[in-house]
Amino acid sequence: MALVAGGCGGADDSANEAPGGDTGAPTETVAADPCAKDQLQTTSAGKLTIGTDNPAFPPWFQDAEGAPWDPTKEPTKEGYEAAVAYAVAGELGFSDDEVAWQVVPFEQSFKPGPKNFDFDINQVSYTPKRAEAVDFSDSYYDVNQAVVALKGSKIADAASIADLADAKLGAPVGTTSYDYIVQNVKPSKKPSVYNTLNDAIAGLKAKQIDGVVVDLPTAFFMTAVQVPNGKIVGQFPAVGTQEYFGLVLAKDSPLTSCVNDALGKLRDDGTLDSLQQEWLSDKASAPVLE
Amino acid sequence: MSSDARSVAIAVVSTIVFIALVAVLVVNSPGWDEVRQFFFNGERFRESFPKVAEAFLVNVKLFCLAEVLILVFGLLLAVLRSLPGPAFFPIRLLAIVYTDVFRGVPTILVIAMLGFGAPVLGISGVPTSTFFWAVIALVLVYSAYVAEVYRAGIQSVHPSQEAAARSLGLSRAQTLRFVIVPQAVRRVIPPLLNDFIGLQKDTALVAILGTVEAFRQAQIDTAASFNYTAYTATAVVFILVTIPLARFTDWLIERDRRKQLAGRTA
Repeated sequence: MALVAGGCGGADDSANEAPGGDTGAPTETVAADPCAKDQLQTTSAGKLTIGTDNPAFPPWFQDAEGAPWDPTKEPTKEGYEAAVAYAVAGELGFSDDEVAWQVVPFEQSFKPGPKNFDFDINQVSYTPKRAEAVDFSDSYYDVNQAVVALKGSKIADAASIADLADAKLGAPVGTTSYDYIVQNVKPSKKPSVYNTLNDAIAGLKAKQIDGVVVDLPTAFFMTAVQVPNGKIVGQFPAVGTQEYFGLVLAKDSPLTSCVNDALGKLRDDGTLDSLQQEWLSDKASAPVLE
Repeated sequence: MSSDARSVAIAVVSTIVFIALVAVLVVNSPGWDEVRQFFFNGERFRESFPKVAEAFLVNVKLFCLAEVLILVFGLLLAVLRSLPGPAFFPIRLLAIVYTDVFRGVPTILVIAMLGFGAPVLGISGVPTSTFFWAVIALVLVYSAYVAEVYRAGIQSVHPSQEAAARSLGLSRAQTLRFVIVPQAVRRVIPPLLNDFIGLQKDTALVAILGTVEAFRQAQIDTAASFNYTAYTATAVVFILVTIPLARFTDWLIERDRRKQLAGRTA
């Protein structure tokens, strides 16, 4: 890897200093590359432990039949996040069978405290508050929130945020979706707050809420599979800085810079783009609700 | 010092010493600073207490409405269960099955199944509101417990009361209404109040349906700040409501005891 060569080259200029000296051995000051596979302090030696939630939904993870994936079962490389996870692992020097999966509920991944994974990939958006508790990698996907409603509901044809003023919206607790509702949509009715996205979907189907706010690619899966009589009303524009998904690592983890290097490489050589094309291209267009 | 004043003095001093000892032990334990930051953070408490107290109004509405319905429906179930004679066996059986089922299924399951499931059936005229289904679910579950409490009360009334009433010419229904049930209910007021206190806590389960009540509000605050003081604030709100009710229960028990012992010293 270029990093290792760079490491060697940079530190080795003190070799062969003494002309004709009695000590033939050059002074070894090669700095160990902190991102070399044997230098990485992973939670489990020799393995890369990656965390995600259970079940893990398409288009982020899917099993051989295209259904949501269970991390306790056979590993999968299908799905955008699965592909990115294995690509990053590969850049770090881990082969596919040196990757182990850990179930980490969404809310637990970005809480402060020690982690039982090396990095977590689960549609976790960077927020400054979360970044005080954990480390975030650079973006592996820039994302917008969207709202899903049942066809024929009163907000099904909303064209702007103003049309959602009296909507009863819902989102899972602790998500940027909930924050977006409260900070940017500001409907007159207090939003319903659920334990999980599945519960929010149950509330939508029971017509207890008018719409669920969720990231756009997940909204596509929702309307395709989980809520067949649902439709994506539209996507919300980014307010302030663009929201993005990052890998979650323990606070001040030594792996963060290595993971960022790996992501940088995948971005530069076009891998991230082609993976997005493969898994997310048909899931990125919806009218924008201004 | 009179022996009364001395007793009071000893009680006060020993209480102060005990509290001081516990406080010193806790404050000097190694993890105390972190625990204090995490669970007893003054600033977070001041921030979340008003929001939690406001969200608590949802809980209050729930348990006030539910309790009224529970007391009525529970009594009905208990009476049905104690109808004598082979002709009423199916009704007794129904009551038994009901109490078994609704004491057996966890309350949160009943809330989730009714709250999410019933509106989806799409039966016209059936409300979808989460508040409605939460009340129904709590009433169904707690009536089963309360029915058993009433039944214990009814059975504790001495059979001579019923015999006397019947021999005076009162019908079965009249006996129940004028002689048995009033005595039975008076006896079981403490356990009924106990169940009411339990009901107040279980209203937090309605959060699963998305309703933002006190516990969910605390969860929102906790997720935003990674600090658990909001949960402490919620606990305080619940305790503040429970204490008056518990003292009232104690007073009722004491008054009842005094009434029962009233004739003894004659």
